[in-house]
Amino acid sequence: MTRILAWVALILGMLYFILPLVGMTEFSLSMRRGVYSLDAYTTILGDPRFRQTFGYSVLMAVATIIFGVLLVVPTAYWVRLRLPWIRPYIEFITLLPLVIPAIVIVFGYIRLYNTSSWLPLTGSSMGTNLLLVFGYATLALPYMYRAVDTGLRTLDVGTLTEAAQSLGAGWGTILFRVILPNVLVAVLSGAFLTFAIVIGEFTMAALLDRPAFGPFMQILGANRAYEPAALAVIAFAITWACMGLIQLVTRLQKHTRAGA
Amino acid sequence: MAYLDIAHLEKSFGANRVVKDFSLPIDKGEFVSLLGPSGCGKTTVLRMVAGFETPSAGAIRIEGKDIVPLRPNQRNIGMVFQAYALFPNLTVAQNVGFGLRIAGVAGKEAQTRVGEMLDIIGLPLAEYGARYPFQLSGGQQQRVALARALAPRPRVLLLDEPLSALDAKVRVRLRGEIRDIQRRLGITTIFVTHDQEEALSISDRVVVMNAGIADQVGSPFEIYNRPATPFVASFVGTLTPFEATVIDPRVGTVMSGGLTMNLGRPLSAETGTAVPIALRPEAVQLGRASGREIILPATAREVEFMGSVIRIRAEAAGQSFLLDTFNRPDAPPPQPGEAVEISFSGRDVIVIGV
Repeated sequence: MTRILAWVALILGMLYFILPLVGMTEFSLSMRRGVYSLDAYTTILGDPRFRQTFGYSVLMAVATIIFGVLLVVPTAYWVRLRLPWIRPYIEFITLLPLVIPAIVIVFGYIRLYNTSSWLPLTGSSMGTNLLLVFGYATLALPYMYRAVDTGLRTLDVGTLTEAAQSLGAGWGTILFRVILPNVLVAVLSGAFLTFAIVIGEFTMAALLDRPAFGPFMQILGANRAYEPAALAVIAFAITWACMGLIQLVTRLQKHTRAGA
Repeated sequence: MAYLDIAHLEKSFGANRVVKDFSLPIDKGEFVSLLGPSGCGKTTVLRMVAGFETPSAGAIRIEGKDIVPLRPNQRNIGMVFQAYALFPNLTVAQNVGFGLRIAGVAGKEAQTRVGEMLDIIGLPLAEYGARYPFQLSGGQQQRVALARALAPRPRVLLLDEPLSALDAKVRVRLRGEIRDIQRRLGITTIFVTHDQEEALSISDRVVVMNAGIADQVGSPFEIYNRPATPFVASFVGTLTPFEATVIDPRVGTVMSGGLTMNLGRPLSAETGTAVPIALRPEAVQLGRASGREIILPATAREVEFMGSVIRIRAEAAGQSFLLDTFNRPDAPPPQPGEAVEISFSGRDVIVIGV
């Protein structure tokens, strides 16, 4: 009886998540009356704004990942190595973006870095892009920090550091040749999550007036019928591809294969 | 002048003094073990030599130069850890070559050195070089860790309980290999262990540490046979302690529990003073034996079969004696409660700290 109930709960849950996706996909294929077609996808992929905004968001995602890795890996490493007592505070700080809405963060940025402030980042495209990267890194912080911290937990960070030091390694070598390669899977997990977040993010990009993929989806959604559904399917596909890549990287990593 | 000179080393964590005025001159090529129970400060001394802890006071000199101000990566001191600490993302060859690459040794020379090191530890480059640490057994991993530590030709090698994580047979084999490699390379080595058998079997000298202090420094023979303090006597090996009163210090006669013993050597204690004495189990014989002039009727109380040796606790003259006898398949040991005779010589009695 318990087993049947479990299956019922599972099926209901799956229907709850899958049915809207099936409906949306079906709708995105229904642009041509009476037959299924990829017209909506062709239209979108042929739209120069799609390529422009998607390219911009990919660029922002890569910049965010690089910034996030450079910020989070040394921080998480140092906290584990030298400041373990500070971990609960760091965890609390990294969780803040989950409870503080993006709109609050971006309004804070605009207020702090507007053209009449002491650091007028919003006064130029480059400055605003930079601000957007910082904003994205903040949004991705809970995922990136947790992923890296979990990766570090599997290592004896202290002993590996001391072993490397006794062999003559400085901090840079330890971080980039010992620690980072050993948490690479965790870093990549965080990176793919960051990528998925950045690609679909709307609030920050819209309020900072940047030509990102999120605002493009919104504009398209306001003016077209079938294309937004196709775009949503594409966005889901990108997210799932990221998740799949996390799994793939985890399985392919040589030195942590089962049997270790 | 000592090659490695540890002088008046102190270390405190807050109000807790874990190392107290520790001094130890070590000659070049010497193998010295720091032996003691958990928390005695032996690992802290090792970590100060490595540079992972900063001494509260004192100096550590190599060839007369104080290394305390140097960072761990500037000391050229190799270290092997209990947990192996191989880099999981690197192959065996890359692990061994790690220190060489940092030292700027590259190309053919580095490859040759890695090959040499792997040959020394008995894991040939062609067969093991491309393997990852997870593809090796614990003993093999520790060998690789040793090769990795030795590859950059360090001035001193530190071994922090390197055998503790291994099973008994591998431990015995590997400790012999470590000693052999150390002798071949002539590298000055400090070995930290809480296992007395390990320390006694492979060291030139043993430092027995207790509560942050070096209780006794000496050869394994001296440490075992002439313990300087009650702690060393109780920590190293097994013994039966007695309280005795000095009868005649000139000829070394003492009395314990109505039993008069002649130790065959003069004592520095005065007549009538109490001295702690002890007997090793191997000094007491089951039955009579030539050269063992003290013969006592006894009752076997406990019999412990340990393989090649049988340990018996027997009561005689109102005292409890531990004795070891070799296992002989044709002569079964006595049963508990059985009447036996035991014998020993006064010359085998250890006088602790006198």
